[in-house]
Amino acid sequence: MIRFLALILICQLAGETIQVATRVTVPGPVIGMAILFAGLLIRRGLPQGLNDTATGLLRHLALLFVPAGVGVMLHIPRLAGEWWPIALAIVPGTLITIVITALVMERLGRATLRPEDKV
Amino acid sequence: MTPPDLAEIWVYLAQKPLTGLTLTLSAYVVGDWFYEKSGRHPLLNPVPIAIALIAGLLWVTGVPYQDYFDGAQFVHFLLGPATVALAVPLYQQIDILRKSGPALLAGVLLGSMTAAGCAWGFAFLGGASTETVLSIIPKSVTAAIAMGISDQLGGLPSLTAVLVILTGITGAVLGPLALNLAGIQDWRARGLAMGVAAHGIGTARAMQVNAVAGAFAGLAMGLNGLATAILVPLIFALLS
Repeated sequence: MIRFLALILICQLAGETIQVATRVTVPGPVIGMAILFAGLLIRRGLPQGLNDTATGLLRHLALLFVPAGVGVMLHIPRLAGEWWPIALAIVPGTLITIVITALVMERLGRATLRPEDKV
Repeated sequence: MTPPDLAEIWVYLAQKPLTGLTLTLSAYVVGDWFYEKSGRHPLLNPVPIAIALIAGLLWVTGVPYQDYFDGAQFVHFLLGPATVALAVPLYQQIDILRKSGPALLAGVLLGSMTAAGCAWGFAFLGGASTETVLSIIPKSVTAAIAMGISDQLGGLPSLTAVLVILTGITGAVLGPLALNLAGIQDWRARGLAMGVAAHGIGTARAMQVNAVAGAFAGLAMGLNGLATAILVPLIFALLS
């Protein structure tokens, strides 16, 4: 368990290092994800321990957004003053994005759809 | 010796990292309890419940956000390792991801531009201040990337973080209903859309519902971050 947690942290650290060194706009953890993914492709297999550690971290992914979300209290005056444009951008904006993305994927992906991936 | 009163104890405890950490986990447990009790109904997402409980308590007791975050940062920190860990579900679904390649890329690119375009257009037409417009453009991108883009455009990164989370909550709560209304029956497409529009919070929701949807959401989140980080500053430079 600790071994694989260390591996994940090493990938993140490598990602952060690459990000700082090359000044790309992609954050370190995303580069770290690409490094781990490349490693799995080269190794051609997923160690059970890594699977368990990653599943444990991701099981409550939503929880990890709570501390930053509480920061909403710092921006209450602006959110209250500009609630209309903000709500317009967030609610219809997000739902239009969801529907357009899903329609493009569904229409273009019809030929490759496996029966078990149908709702 | 007189016993200290409750207010004094709270003032002391509020400055301890343990309190912010405990508060975060407890509020999430409460939110998750409601979510599970409702049969994981999208409207009862645990994230907004937990945020409302904590923000409400801090507001009532007058504790500054920074004091709370000193403790909660231990949870916040795990966002980095969790992002790296997304490589695992991606690898598990590699065959189907590879097969769906062109459709997947087309969906992410179009979705990415729709997200940024709608955010800009709606905020601008609604009469938002320039700062708010610039801060809201990367709202569908995962927080770390979005804050970088916002900074580059001249927005306020801390405002962007909040708008990103509000967007994630909106997508996770209302997204499944919109997908049902649009009649989308392909789990790949449902997952991809949640990842593009509602980043990690949408991905968390997708992973709980279907493994294929979860893998597509995770990949979509990463690719959308990449596409937006490259294209939006470029489009801005060309227009100005």
